Amino acid sequence: MVRLLLPNPGLEARIPTLAELESLEKQESSSRPKWDNKAQYMLTCVGFCVGLGNVWRFPYLCQSHGGGAFMIPFLILLVLEGIPLLHLEFAIGQRLRKGSVGVWSSIHPALKGVGIASMFVSFMVGLYYNTIIAWVMWYFFNSFQDPLPWSQCPLNANQTGYVEECARSSSVDYYWYRETLNVSTSIDDSGSVQWWILLCLTCAWSVLYVCTIRGIETTGKAVYVTSTLPYVVLTIFLIRGLTLKGASSGIIFLFTPNVTELANPVTWLDAGAQVFYSFSLAFGGLISFSSYNSVHNNCEMDSVIVSVINGFTSVYAATVVYSIIGFRATERFDDCFSANILTLINGFDLPEGNVTQENFAEMQQWCNASNPAAYAELKFQTCDMNTFLSEGVEGTGLAFIVFTEAITRMPAAPLWSVLFFVMLFCLGLSSMFGNMEGVVVPLQDLNVIPKKWPKELLTGLICLGTYLLALVFTLNSGQYWLSLLDRYAGSIPLLTVAFFEMFSVVYVYGIDRFNRDIEFMIGHKPSIFWQVTWRVVSPLLMLTIFLFFLVISVNEELVYSVWNPAYEEFPKSQKVKYPNWVYGVVVVVAGVPCLAIPGFAIYKLIRNRFRRAGDQQGLVGAQSTVSVNGDVRS
Amino acid sequence: MSPSRKILWAPNPSFLEAGKSTIKVLADGRFSVWHRKGVTMSWMGPREDAENAFKVRLSLRTALGDKAYAWDTNEEYLFKAMVAFSMRRVPNREGTEISHVLLCNVTQRVSFWFVVTDPSRNHTLPAVEVQSAIRMNRNRINNAFFLNDQTLEFLRIPATLAPPTDPSVPIWIIIFGVIFCIVIVATMLLILSGIRQHRRKNKGPSEMEDTEDKWENTVKIENGIPCDPLDMKGGHVNDAFVTEDERLTPL
Repeated sequence: MVRLLLPNPGLEARIPTLAELESLEKQESSSRPKWDNKAQYMLTCVGFCVGLGNVWRFPYLCQSHGGGAFMIPFLILLVLEGIPLLHLEFAIGQRLRKGSVGVWSSIHPALKGVGIASMFVSFMVGLYYNTIIAWVMWYFFNSFQDPLPWSQCPLNANQTGYVEECARSSSVDYYWYRETLNVSTSIDDSGSVQWWILLCLTCAWSVLYVCTIRGIETTGKAVYVTSTLPYVVLTIFLIRGLTLKGASSGIIFLFTPNVTELANPVTWLDAGAQVFYSFSLAFGGLISFSSYNSVHNNCEMDSVIVSVINGFTSVYAATVVYSIIGFRATERFDDCFSANILTLINGFDLPEGNVTQENFAEMQQWCNASNPAAYAELKFQTCDMNTFLSEGVEGTGLAFIVFTEAITRMPAAPLWSVLFFVMLFCLGLSSMFGNMEGVVVPLQDLNVIPKKWPKELLTGLICLGTYLLALVFTLNSGQYWLSLLDRYAGSIPLLTVAFFEMFSVVYVYGIDRFNRDIEFMIGHKPSIFWQVTWRVVSPLLMLTIFLFFLVISVNEELVYSVWNPAYEEFPKSQKVKYPNWVYGVVVVVAGVPCLAIPGFAIYKLIRNRFRRAGDQQGLVGAQSTVSVNGDVRS
Repeated sequence: MSPSRKILWAPNPSFLEAGKSTIKVLADGRFSVWHRKGVTMSWMGPREDAENAFKVRLSLRTALGDKAYAWDTNEEYLFKAMVAFSMRRVPNREGTEISHVLLCNVTQRVSFWFVVTDPSRNHTLPAVEVQSAIRMNRNRINNAFFLNDQTLEFLRIPATLAPPTDPSVPIWIIIFGVIFCIVIVATMLLILSGIRQHRRKNKGPSEMEDTEDKWENTVKIENGIPCDPLDMKGGHVNDAFVTEDERLTPL
């Protein structure tokens, strides 16, 4: 066992001792927020962890990396990486009873940068995440009509046909790219603010403000709805989905194991990254939430429960999503086939009903034989189920294009649309609570805010500031900015912070001290599993994933997908290189949080050096003679 | 298709008008005619006549499924009647009769060609007129056959698509307004209750502070001994110790 421990003088002075913890809890009970009951805490943590990624990232990864076989790396890494990190964050927060900046600066003043990095990342992720919620709200507002606005293309000027852009792509594509985003053709072309998205963004930030206005006092009530409603809706969709034609083909496609994928390192990498991001680790929110717990709360059991729920939700959501995708693919396949049949019977004036899906191939040959010249003029589409099953099924494409199209084909479409977007809204909002916590509490800990200011004011200012910055995403090029931030702000910095977290707790705070703390808090020492994973396995895994990501990110060409009606292969997205100034943005977005960690350490070092040289004096030694009347002769 | 047209071989021109022949229009403008008894005739007609013919395609099984009716000569008669009706609504063509509408080459698909001739039966009516007439009355024609624009196709006659219903106020703004108002009201309530709580908290401790201040202003007392006297005495006498005289009761 590695017993390395870095020197850490003064640690005892900075943290409350175990004996003080219980009395501290009693003292703080009036001033510091705390959970009304255990259920609130669990629902908040589950809500923070379970987010949009469980619905639109995991199913795609699962299906593209070998279906059922992907469960193996996913579950292994869940146990080796997710649960230990989660337990670590819960335990350290509960022990030191502070937010992320407070915790890291208590462990060592030079580590304050870790907390600041967490705050930056929470801020940047919150910036674009709420914009996605705004888009979800736009679709939600538009779901209260029949027929749904994305089920038909708008007509062109003389009403003889559909708008060209819509006719060439599809009504759902057109609705997303043109009527919602009104997207430009490059990130350079900013355009103007789209007022309807601005309204939805305002609404999204207002709702977030109302829910987080007093910290966990208000979010604790909101999570009763936002954390439970997604499960209800998922179940309803599962029942609906399984009764639709073709659902089983989707589920089979999802879970068909392809064991050869296990030999591909990218599968393990993606599984590790998915476990990591899906647990919302290193944002600082979980540490904060856990610090409001009572001292003897069983954080070990909590971490296991939350991890299991998160894993289960991923698999459950994947099943639901793919049952609906199977339905859509089957419908599209049938449509494609019917179009081919129609082409054949129209070309040869055969009676309807003579050609079916079963005898189509024979009839084709018969027609070819009877009149090759006429047959050669007919154009048939290729209808392949696998293509339909694998198109565009991750990210915003899944939610706003594929799923919305599937919904238009269901009976009572507006109802399903409303339910689906309410679910996405709740999933996103509960994750935003954690992000806000990860920004508000560090700002309070950093003492940049005057203590007199009420929490409502602070939360309001943060919401307002982030809202104004998020106006960038309402421009015509907003979606490109969002993808950029999503790719770089939420990936490398988080991995860095998580690695430093583990390293700090195990080697700077001291794993022995940590073990004793946990023994005090929950009654028994952490078992050998935790020891091994905290000291060796999890940091190694983090480091491996981080290095791989770094290598891949640095080597890959910075290209992005663009919606360009003038592209030859339209409606496929065109891959365009980013302009040069984007490299600067990427460096800022990904580099500033990472550099905050060593940067702050260096800053602290320099400040200490200067202090020792200059103004700080040691206490003056004085001889005091006892004098009953109080004369002190110095 | 008047008998005066140059015909290579026609046993009896009246056959053409009696409707017992089927006429096929070829792309280069030639007409070929099959007589029921197997006689074939062909002649060169002017190109315009070929361009003035339209192909119609019906998809009865797709539209009606089991309730699909069979396409027979009665249905053809109805079709001719609908076309004649459409033409009669065109300003100059009120005299169009059913016999002016000629159908040919009915296939099993069901598809056929039709052409509308003028009263003299010398010329066919221009395509533009027929197109506009059919377009204006498309709905009536569709309804007569229980079909729609997709299942009753007139090739080369584009249908006017029904515009989607556009309510005066888009529904989404209404929903947005409702939700936003609820959120604003909730925010106001929470902020106001927060301010009230804050005031109550401030009043509580500040009242306690006032009484403490009053107390301290009178005399600074420490350990039961007034502080001031200690200073004035300059440290010579320590009032902390009670003098013997005072403590012991006098004898």
